Amino acid sequence: MTYITKPKFHHPALPKNALGYTHRDYEGSVSTLCAGCGHDSISGAIIEACFELDIAPHRVAKLSGIGCSSKTPTYFLGNSHGFNSVHGRMPSVLTGANLANRELIYLGVSGDGDSASIGLGQFAHALRRGVNMVYIVENNGVYGLTKGQFSATADRGSKSKRGVTNSDNSIDLVAMALQLGATFVARSFSGDKTQMVPLIKAAIEHEGAAFIDIVSPCVAFNNHAGSTKSFDYVREHNEAVNRLDFITGRAPITVAYEPGSMEVVEQHDGSKLVLKKVAADYDAHDRLGAMSFLQRHAALGQVVTGLLYVDREPEDLHRHFNTVAAPLNSLSDQELCPGSAALDKINAGLR
Amino acid sequence: MPSSSPISSVNDFVVRFANVNGSGSASANELFARSVMRMGIPVAPRNIFPSNIQGLPTWYEVRISEAGHLGARGGTDLMVAMNPQTWDKDVAGIETGGYLFYDSTKPMPQSKFREDITVIGVPLTAICNREYTDLRQRQLFKNIIYVGALSALLDMEIEVLEQLVKEQFKSKEKLIQSNLHALHLGRDWALMNVQCPIGLRLRRADAVGDRIFVEGNAAAALGAVYGGATVCAWYPITPSSSLADAFASHCKRLRVDPETKQNRVAIVQAEDELASIGMVIGAAWNGARAFTATSGPGISLMQEFLGLAYFAEIPAVVFDVQRAGPSTGMPTRTQQCDLISCAYASHGDTKHVLLFPEDPAEAFDFGADAFDLADRLQTPIFVMLDLDIGMNHRLCRALKWDDSRKYDRGKVMTAADLDAGKDFGRYLDVDGDGIPYRTYPGTHPSKGSFFTRGTSRDRYARYTEEGAPYADNMQRLIRKFETAKDLVPRPLQANASKPTKYGVIYYGSTSPAMDEAIDLIETRGHALNRLRVRAFPFHSSVTSFVADHDFVFVVEQNRDAQLRSLIVNECGIDPIRLVPILHYDGTPITARFIAHAIGDHLEALKVTPLRKVVS
Repeated sequence: MTYITKPKFHHPALPKNALGYTHRDYEGSVSTLCAGCGHDSISGAIIEACFELDIAPHRVAKLSGIGCSSKTPTYFLGNSHGFNSVHGRMPSVLTGANLANRELIYLGVSGDGDSASIGLGQFAHALRRGVNMVYIVENNGVYGLTKGQFSATADRGSKSKRGVTNSDNSIDLVAMALQLGATFVARSFSGDKTQMVPLIKAAIEHEGAAFIDIVSPCVAFNNHAGSTKSFDYVREHNEAVNRLDFITGRAPITVAYEPGSMEVVEQHDGSKLVLKKVAADYDAHDRLGAMSFLQRHAALGQVVTGLLYVDREPEDLHRHFNTVAAPLNSLSDQELCPGSAALDKINAGLR
Repeated sequence: MPSSSPISSVNDFVVRFANVNGSGSASANELFARSVMRMGIPVAPRNIFPSNIQGLPTWYEVRISEAGHLGARGGTDLMVAMNPQTWDKDVAGIETGGYLFYDSTKPMPQSKFREDITVIGVPLTAICNREYTDLRQRQLFKNIIYVGALSALLDMEIEVLEQLVKEQFKSKEKLIQSNLHALHLGRDWALMNVQCPIGLRLRRADAVGDRIFVEGNAAAALGAVYGGATVCAWYPITPSSSLADAFASHCKRLRVDPETKQNRVAIVQAEDELASIGMVIGAAWNGARAFTATSGPGISLMQEFLGLAYFAEIPAVVFDVQRAGPSTGMPTRTQQCDLISCAYASHGDTKHVLLFPEDPAEAFDFGADAFDLADRLQTPIFVMLDLDIGMNHRLCRALKWDDSRKYDRGKVMTAADLDAGKDFGRYLDVDGDGIPYRTYPGTHPSKGSFFTRGTSRDRYARYTEEGAPYADNMQRLIRKFETAKDLVPRPLQANASKPTKYGVIYYGSTSPAMDEAIDLIETRGHALNRLRVRAFPFHSSVTSFVADHDFVFVVEQNRDAQLRSLIVNECGIDPIRLVPILHYDGTPITARFIAHAIGDHLEALKVTPLRKVVS
């Protein structure tokens, strides 16, 4: 909001990353969300992830739809271009942006209303196309800006703040993402930063469609008894399958997990994910297994979190289209325009 | 014997083929039309087809006019009646003294014919059954056989047809031979059994010149290639799908990196029109040239995004190949009915730039220009084709490209500009033309980033709901629209040979019918000055043209006189000065219709003024 200007003062002792940026260089303007909103913790985790990955802030394009969650890109990465598009349509705008310049990092931020209700179609198609992006849904099961209506991810039987019980079945975006072919699928909880930051880092490095559903309680409209998206409820029912550490090529791998419960996943770009298994029987490379695990635990009322599925060899839309390596928006007139000689030939073929 | 004398005409008549959809007649009919063109005679074919894949009636109308009239004429001189379902209507549509060509294998009762036409029966099915055993061959070659018979009846140069068959099948010798054989089967039968030629004849002329024969959608798609489009996102819809298909096939030849064999283009078939325009906006925001192709229903679906692109000032190119609405309307029939929905697309105060190509050549030009205009004006540009231009082969001037031309990428600040200390305000009117500067995402580590949004913001792209900055921005958008008036293609004026108080305004696919109608109107003793509008917003010459005449006819192909409404609304003209001439039954407008409507109106004016009688 324009009436609160964030001071640009940097403490000289602030730690710098490999590019010489401090944490502050990844921040945005002051959040206008409610105090205690889970979404602000997610913004904090995004800032942390980008700082730790040494990403030049301007190499990220952040896109969103409409809603509380979609406002958040203003509150992180102030030196990145942002696009607050229309309700439920972030995925198509992001897809187009990605086609124009494959070299940037695309961060799509959406909410449960934005992705599971009005934008369910675009959510599905962007994942099924394999757009190289990080797609985060800040999931609170409720419409905040319009004052507390249920969204499509609200669990059946959960109670609204006004005491209304939701009778509709809920949509589980994680289950859908698995079914639709997303090559990186995770769920986290906005109250669990140690889980969120490595997941976001791993998703950024993943060269395909990465989806993270982050349960993010709405302190204003969905944090009461009877809600299944409240801080208390999620803490009690959180069933983490694994804990993740994320290691890029430059950092030495020094992991202190006991053998047998640890798995190192090498991504296409050379980065490594270190998965500490919590559920001993969980295999993060088994799409079908993940789907059934998720359903079994959902039936028990458990919110499964962690890295649920990752494809070691993801493909993306540019590969499917066999586009040139250079960003399409950088091609010269000469590379694009066939010229008059070619046109004369075309004319000759039309007589 | 016909009771009236048979029509006698050289190089000036209409042949109409009545076929069944999906019977393979299209390529045979096109072979016929191309042969006429190759004989140096201008020809204008039109597909009249149903929203159907197989089984329903379809027609192919070929207007032949050495004088060069390419608009639909109306009426049929020679009916090639190959569809029993539509027989009665087809026979009824033949001009008095005209000709009926039919498959005479099965005898028809006399009541099925007319006294005032010449009937030519060729036993096509019998010939096919004798020659071919394969059912598919029987059907396909029947079409070629009737073209062969027509070549004899109309005195066509058989070498021209043979050459076209050879070109069509290139190196497939077997196919060439079988098609040539079928062609001669029909021709020889006609020469042996019928008085050839009939009263309608084709004689080699030199009236085609170096013109080309191309569909508007294919030409517009080529314009997009030449205009530098790198992202195309679309959703299938008649009659625009062939534009996206043509773009893909042009790109296969023209947009592949010769070394890596990788594509310098990305084409997405989106899940719907909302996604297609969303992708176009995302790509254009990110500095690529992007477009979509759609038709009226797609425009309806894109409304919200178009408002965003207008307000957030993002370039986009939309090819709207118009069809008859509202709703699903008549999906395979032509109209100019999306002017209002495009000009003011989306909620709130919006105005958009529209271009009105008259034929494929202009569809190519405007198709390429649209990308420069979109980047220069940072707003959506609509190229308003219609089914008549888009899906029919049209004879038009050869396509031209100036190799010294550079793409106008508009006002884009680079990292060097930002480092040089230039003040960047995304919505700051630096030059007084209403057009601000933009930066592409990823330009600079610490300068020039901004937040794009559909909500109100100040000149530096900061969110605000204050009234003054909102109004300031809306006023700047109007200034930008004013700037557009001098950037878009100007109207073209053609004056009558003698001074006149009356004018006519028209646009788009009405053009050939209007040109021809002018001749007809002049033979009735009237004179009209013409103004062909080629874009919206209107150049000041539109207002002055209206001011220079007592009244002006506005000829268009929709019910509600949409262009007229735009002129009244945007130029502040008294509606009484603009007389609507409206054709909207889904068929292309004809010269006869225009001449009749305008002529009647002008003749009504000739009666002695009422005041004189009374006084």
